[in-house]
Amino acid sequence: MKIHEYQAKQILAQFGVEIPRGEVAESPTRAREIAEKIGPRVVLKAQIHAGGRGKGGGIKLAANPEEAERLAGQMIGMKLVTHQTGPEGKIVKRLLVEEALDIERELYLGIVIDRAKEAVVVMASTEGGVEIEKVAAEKPELIFKEYIHPGTGLLGFQARKLAFKLALAGESHKQAVKFILNLCRAFEATDASLAEINPLLLTKQGKVLALDAKMNFDDNALPRRPAIAAMRDLDEESPLEVEASKYNLNYIKLDGNVGCMVNGAGLAMATMDIIKYAGGMPANFLDVGGGVSEEAVTNAFKILVSDKDVKAALINIFGGIVRCDMIAGGVVKAAKELGTKIPMVIRLEGTNVELGKKILQESGLAFTTAGGMKEAAEKVVALVK
Amino acid sequence: MSILIDKKTRVVVQGITGGEGTFHTERMADYGTKVVAGVTPGKGGTTHLGVPVFNTVAEAVKEQGANASAIFVPPFFAAEAIMEAADAGIGVIVCITEGIPTLDMIKVKTFLQGKTARLIGPNTPGVISPGKCKIGIMPGHIHKPGTIGIISRSGTLTYEAVQQVSNQGFGQSTALGIGGDPIVGLKYIELLQLFKKDKDTDAVIIIGEIGGTAEEEAAAYIKKEFPKPVVGFIAGQTAPPGRRMGHAGAIIAGGKGTAKEKMEALQAAGVHVAVSPADIGLKVKEALK
Repeated sequence: MKIHEYQAKQILAQFGVEIPRGEVAESPTRAREIAEKIGPRVVLKAQIHAGGRGKGGGIKLAANPEEAERLAGQMIGMKLVTHQTGPEGKIVKRLLVEEALDIERELYLGIVIDRAKEAVVVMASTEGGVEIEKVAAEKPELIFKEYIHPGTGLLGFQARKLAFKLALAGESHKQAVKFILNLCRAFEATDASLAEINPLLLTKQGKVLALDAKMNFDDNALPRRPAIAAMRDLDEESPLEVEASKYNLNYIKLDGNVGCMVNGAGLAMATMDIIKYAGGMPANFLDVGGGVSEEAVTNAFKILVSDKDVKAALINIFGGIVRCDMIAGGVVKAAKELGTKIPMVIRLEGTNVELGKKILQESGLAFTTAGGMKEAAEKVVALVK
Repeated sequence: MSILIDKKTRVVVQGITGGEGTFHTERMADYGTKVVAGVTPGKGGTTHLGVPVFNTVAEAVKEQGANASAIFVPPFFAAEAIMEAADAGIGVIVCITEGIPTLDMIKVKTFLQGKTARLIGPNTPGVISPGKCKIGIMPGHIHKPGTIGIISRSGTLTYEAVQQVSNQGFGQSTALGIGGDPIVGLKYIELLQLFKKDKDTDAVIIIGEIGGTAEEEAAAYIKKEFPKPVVGFIAGQTAPPGRRMGHAGAIIAGGKGTAKEKMEALQAAGVHVAVSPADIGLKVKEALK
């Protein structure tokens, strides 16, 4: 799960990680009030779940409270397009209004899970303020890493090592060590999957703080982190995906026009792949789960056909423990209830496949059936062409 | 022969009295798996489905000689269940549970270092050596004994591969899912090492998916040290970056972990790569020519 910058900073502050003074404004008046309190110079930062905000006009400097109000008026409600939002962009609903700081150096600090090493790794770099992937590709020797032992947590000497690599000394070094250790505590205590401070700021006065902050969380852990789960912003997600998540369905909207409904994530991805291989494009990823019920099938079907881009649908079910007759029953029920006109290709395989096919044939609904994945994909692609 | 499990395997089911545990214990026993014990803390001394239930895995090992475990414990307790099984000396631990937090799995992997236990999963359909033993939730009846080994990150896509293999006239020596999570127990290399030594396995199918680098690591191993034919398929060729595709581990992060990279790595290692998921069975036939 993703959260906004201001939410990440709220979490970090609770763990003693230094952040700039600032508050959230949802109106231009409020932006002016905040600037009067912490300014006069402030930075206005659009709060959306996407990076690259600065280039898209989502981060602006105001010299005084009046300018803060004027700029906030332009920014709140604007459609912000960045390389991460896609061409449709995102509407800005709130701004983080922060004190403007005097920048000495921009550094990088990130905590991620290294899957290959099966450990949490803390990465620091002197090259802050740019994309870390770019640094990793061009100057990998400027990225410094320390792995965390899960039994001890990050040790003091590891944090000191990183702070020295960042060429920090004296009071700034001490502050950076504290910053790194506290960030690690925040990561672990919230079941984060990413905590990225880019840039980590060294001010002209020698202070070390988080100019930007990005945190992602492990979805699996959210039930035991209710305070984090409460930070979910449904406005940042597609409405159909929100609807699907209510029924525990894995649904992701895509650009094509062939809707898919599949049991199991791997088979669902493979079904998308074979649609493309047959010359079409999938409209979505939809995994109804390995242990699917008739109700889940009905809900999944409703979500599938409520996507206006879907011109034809492919239902691909491999019954294991799940029986094909039950799946067929769920599809027929949903199709009749909704009276959908979307043409469908259904491929059933596995447990009770004959019974399932019989239910489809006797339903009186217009289905095309297919024997294998290849045939199913070719038939559904022919329907949209 | 087969790998990991066979007719001599004695299984303890952790979480046997729960809904999932009960349902699948019955099906495993029906298939012929020797389910010799169950563990539910606090219910020791009772029997469930005719199987003696113990409070701890250690007791199940001592009293019933259990040497493999199937875990059907809820996600926030499953990591500890794995560690308990390993501590009790269980040799093969199959964790079916989906939804274990990643930081818990990092603790598990650290705990397992230096121990003899082999962990399969979590978030796996399990392991089956057809006609001998099944530990997991896969439908037993679609499998048949044979000479093809299958290693997969998926559930139903594995069933699809099993069926395509059967349609080509082959069966399976052992088929297993390594799990769809970012951090899992045994991965391709450890399993390929076992299949390499298994005289009854003639070829291996690897079913991978986007995310992580396990397939690339497997490709490097195959190129250097694996003599048998390998067929590969990678799911998620059309998956968008940055989205978790159902499995927690199936995500292209920072432009890494794409299907293209994995397919190229496998191809370069001499693996027969199926571009279309419908061609997995055909590729096996081609590889064995």
